[in-house]
Amino acid sequence: MKILVCISNVPDTTSKINFTEGDTKFDTNGVQFVINPNDEFGLTRAMWFKEKQGATVHVVNVGTATTEPTIRKALAIGADEAIRVNAEPTDGFFVAQQLAEVIKNGSYDLVIAGRESIDYNGGMVPGMIATLLDMNFVNTCTGLEIDGDTVTATREIDGGKEKISTSLPLVIGGQKGLVEESDLRIPNMRGIMMARKKALTVVEPTGADAATNDVSFDKPAAKGAVKLVDADNIDELINLLHNEAKAI
Amino acid sequence: MSVLVYTESENGKFKKSAFEVASYAYAVAQQLGTTVTAVSFNAEGNDTLGNYGVTKVLNISNETLKTFNAKAYAHALTEAVEKETAKVVIIGSSTDSKYLAPMVAAKLKAGYAPNVVDAPESTSPFKVKRTVFSNKGFAHTTIDTDIKVVGVSNNAFGAKENSATAAVEDFSPAITDADFSTKSIEIDKVVGKATIADADVVVSGGRGLKGPENWGMIEELADVLGAATACSKPVSDLGWRPHSEHVGQTGKPVASNLYIAIGISGAIQHLAGISASKVKVVINTDPEAPFFKAADYGIVGDAFEVVPTLIEKLKEFKAQNA
Ligand SMILES: Cc1cc2nc3c(=O)[nH]c(=O)nc-3n(C[C@H](O)[C@H](O)[C@H](O)COP(=O)(O)OP(=O)(O)OC[C@H]3O[C@@H](n4cnc5c(N)ncnc54)[C@H](O)[C@@H]3O)c2cc1C
Repeated sequence: MKILVCISNVPDTTSKINFTEGDTKFDTNGVQFVINPNDEFGLTRAMWFKEKQGATVHVVNVGTATTEPTIRKALAIGADEAIRVNAEPTDGFFVAQQLAEVIKNGSYDLVIAGRESIDYNGGMVPGMIATLLDMNFVNTCTGLEIDGDTVTATREIDGGKEKISTSLPLVIGGQKGLVEESDLRIPNMRGIMMARKKALTVVEPTGADAATNDVSFDKPAAKGAVKLVDADNIDELINLLHNEAKAI
Repeated sequence: MSVLVYTESENGKFKKSAFEVASYAYAVAQQLGTTVTAVSFNAEGNDTLGNYGVTKVLNISNETLKTFNAKAYAHALTEAVEKETAKVVIIGSSTDSKYLAPMVAAKLKAGYAPNVVDAPESTSPFKVKRTVFSNKGFAHTTIDTDIKVVGVSNNAFGAKENSATAAVEDFSPAITDADFSTKSIEIDKVVGKATIADADVVVSGGRGLKGPENWGMIEELADVLGAATACSKPVSDLGWRPHSEHVGQTGKPVASNLYIAIGISGAIQHLAGISASKVKVVINTDPEAPFFKAADYGIVGDAFEVVPTLIEKLKEFKAQNA
């Protein structure tokens, strides 16, 4: 089985978000970039397939050279090879088209992407790739079992979960649940040394256009101070929620 | 050249969000000087969509589409878009809708803007405001393709009545076996309970509750308020509650009218997922808990004392205001 894990390079979850250049760009100053958490679960599940069932695992990122430390981390965790599509990931549709090209050229059986990137929260890349390539697709995937070409996947639905049967070739939008959090791997020294020798192929983008454009950004208005209510005066809380906030 | 809207239903009944997306579609249609066509799947009471400005409903009655299937639904919707020569497609933000929207967009080679919180700022260029960076920012985004797909955030726009008469027309998209290459084989879902995605009120518990055996009072409080229950990440990691209740940056987003956080510290990753909620209440023993900076109302106190009293008082309040 040939697996491709799509890796998004995102600000660490604790990052403070600021904008620059007249609020037209995300300010990367002082921001630590990491593998998108949803992708990390997918990468770990891919490593499980490699170790337990036999698979080759490639990772891919659409990004400029600045994303290479994140890609190297995926290699250090155990991916066999990496591909970087050398382009600024301007919007989800653009990224999906670049990834579709890589998938077509690499004939992958399984493509694991994250349900969404925690920066722009588009949640569109996995579904778009699957549709562009007419591959089967399971989103918000929290469990994945593969036997030959037969796939049983579990996905999160509002208020519960759904089991789905399908077949390879398949794209999933993965998330927490694919593996236990305690199984996520931190690269060790040996992995880091080995990653240096692994192939990181840089390919140039196809001529696809972005379909959307983030023209400007702003931040939510600052919040007023919290109104504290005494623990012995729950009536007051109910009064505030009813009369002031109109929430009950 | 109408605006097309996907009105989600469950067991034949429209979801509350269906009326919200219909209202949104009407606002867009007003700006464009056109009308709204809704697509509904196996739903009863299609004419009620008229109350929200829909003038035409393409009604799909098809046994094979009783259970949501993203690929088949995407096929049906794109066929409807072509039939109506729609230029704008409005979709909601439930888990199913977010599964569907990118597939529809890719089929139509259309730009898709998700998490949109307001009516378009302009229609030429077509510009919307959406949340980014897990609600820590907003982007003003233009959709530059001929057809546009807009994903509307729950509870952001609201359902707005705009009385119209909806003509209901049967619609039979040419669904084939190939559309069912993924099949639902089992659904495990709590029925008759509000879900995080739809609920007006969400009651959420954190590690401060000490263990799963203490969730009775959270459920009771949720019952009294007709609320959905939720939790912080460690709570679901520890297996005290199911994954589907984990809210936050790496969990589910919450955009309810009221969010009550009990024994939750308010770490940045948790707040990111709930900041779209309108009114936030925190109950925490630690006055320094970061949640107090994000909340509208707070009680510094022990959940095990505060919550039972709150339940009693709310029951009295409900009885008086019934
Ligand atoms: C990559 C990444 C992603 C993450 N994503 C998420 C996410 O999506 N969602 C999420 O929630 N977290 C997320 N986290 C975890 C987050 O950083 C916090 O660890 C988590 O939110 C803390 O949960 P908690 O508040 O329930 O627990 P704790 O931090 O243990 O806090 C418990 C709180 O309960 C209070 N308390 C204790 N006893 C009582 C009592 N008797 N009555 C009232 N209050 C009491 C305490 O004062 C404390 O404030 C993520 C972390 C990482 C690294």
